[in-house]
Amino acid sequence: MVKMDEIQKRLLREVADLHEIPEGAYNIRSNSQSIGRQSSANIEIASKTEVSGIDIRIRPGTKHESVHIPVVLTESGLKETVYNDFYVGEDSDVLIVAGCGIDNCGNQDSQHDGIHTFHVGRNAKVRYVEKHYGSGAGSGKRILNPGTKVFLEEGSAMEMEMIQIKGVDDTERTTTAELAAGARLVVRERLMTHGDQRAISVYEVQLNGEGASADIVSRSVARDHSFQKFDAKIVGNAPSQGHTECDSIIMDEGRILAVPGLEANHVDSALVHEAAIGKIAGEQLIKLMTLGLTEAEAEEQIINGFLQ
Amino acid sequence: MLELRNVSFQVSEGGTGKEIVRNVSLTIPKNKLIVVTGPNGGGKSTLARLIAGIEKPTEGRIFFDGEDITEASVTERARKGIAFAFQQPVRFKGIRVLDLIRIAAGAHLSVADACVYLSSVGLCARDYVDREVNASLSGGELKRIEIATVLARKARLSVFDEPEAGIDLWSFRNLIDVFRQMRESIQDSSILIISHQERILNIADEIIVLKNGGVDHQGSQREVYSSLMEDAGAGGLCDCEGAIRAMGKEE
Repeated sequence: MVKMDEIQKRLLREVADLHEIPEGAYNIRSNSQSIGRQSSANIEIASKTEVSGIDIRIRPGTKHESVHIPVVLTESGLKETVYNDFYVGEDSDVLIVAGCGIDNCGNQDSQHDGIHTFHVGRNAKVRYVEKHYGSGAGSGKRILNPGTKVFLEEGSAMEMEMIQIKGVDDTERTTTAELAAGARLVVRERLMTHGDQRAISVYEVQLNGEGASADIVSRSVARDHSFQKFDAKIVGNAPSQGHTECDSIIMDEGRILAVPGLEANHVDSALVHEAAIGKIAGEQLIKLMTLGLTEAEAEEQIINGFLQ
Repeated sequence: MLELRNVSFQVSEGGTGKEIVRNVSLTIPKNKLIVVTGPNGGGKSTLARLIAGIEKPTEGRIFFDGEDITEASVTERARKGIAFAFQQPVRFKGIRVLDLIRIAAGAHLSVADACVYLSSVGLCARDYVDREVNASLSGGELKRIEIATVLARKARLSVFDEPEAGIDLWSFRNLIDVFRQMRESIQDSSILIISHQERILNIADEIIVLKNGGVDHQGSQREVYSSLMEDAGAGGLCDCEGAIRAMGKEE
């Protein structure tokens, strides 16, 4: 494994909670190169040949194993598109931790577009965690455009946790999913934007099989002059259940556009959307101030809780 | 301990000034439980909010332990030892009951220590400590958690704005016990409760009657209570004693 510098280590900690080499299978990508890789008995990681990226194959029945595939960028001006394909075998139960950290100290934009495709086999369970983080004082932007395609076979389940709290200037996230009978998709997105950042998140979930269900919940905070767009569409093509929720706190000169969309093409498809945008309630601040916090401390508590 | 000198509070309504609190002067002595009562719209809640610093008087001064705190912010008053329980508790998404009690205590309490406060307001602590203070809690549960946060502050002056509002009769019974215990263990501190309830008036050391924004009557519990009872026919007090007795029979 190639030795990492302190910035790379810090980015890895932020995006993957990694302090050491992870247990189980992993691939660590830094500045467009794989600097460490390990397959396990049940999880095989192999490089793609035609495009940049990896194939991750998880054997059927693999239980309680994890795959870490963090990416760090520390060279200013680096732009890359990476294709990672996951094949999750039937009846397996795994944790996949992705995430990208960019440190840009230069004046050129750095960009990582990670395109992830998940083929989740029958009755398999996947928990997927993706964190984005940016740092560095350069004028170059830190740009992340993740694309995620999810195919859930019968009875499978995927829980996705998407977190972007700090330092990413520009994001366009596109997530599509197709669910077979009895499949379940749960998405928890947490987002905070600062400065002039822009974050766009688009979901389109097709509930194709009987008993399929999706629950997509986004909680976000837009500060300073930042802009967020949350566009979540659930399409019910079979007896199915879908719920989408966008709950946002708006601050300063921030702007938020929520576009919840539901399309029912079957009489037994039950779809619900909720969207709420508002500033922090004055009473919430006052309550915490009566407990001895300053207004700034109260605000921090409220936002931290909201994004928990 | 707390002194209000000629305090008035005015809001503008339709271009003209409306006085919610009129020239109120009163003293909350040390080691006493004081109940402020009176008809709705009499200025009671505003008075409590003026003491906590949520509203600032348009005239007059407020002193706490001899120090003029009229201009002090909500935070400064909290840090000087004034606690305030809201009539309508605030909900927070993502903040747990445990977090709120820890903030109130101003220290990293252990879960067991935090649970003591919940138990004392009649909540089974184990079931509540990790719950979010959000819309999933009922009004009565929230109210009890609100009171628990004030207990956790161990404040020199604890102000409760209509603690009985929104609480069911069973919880109300426990609530009286909470205040009774607070009164018994009072030490170098005071309790101010805004209330309409006879049972709360019964445990007061002193009662202040606020009417049309001004102090109508102030005196010992016995003196003020009996005159209130004489006026009870005119309304203003809620008799839930009978209802509680009726529930007791069904036990």
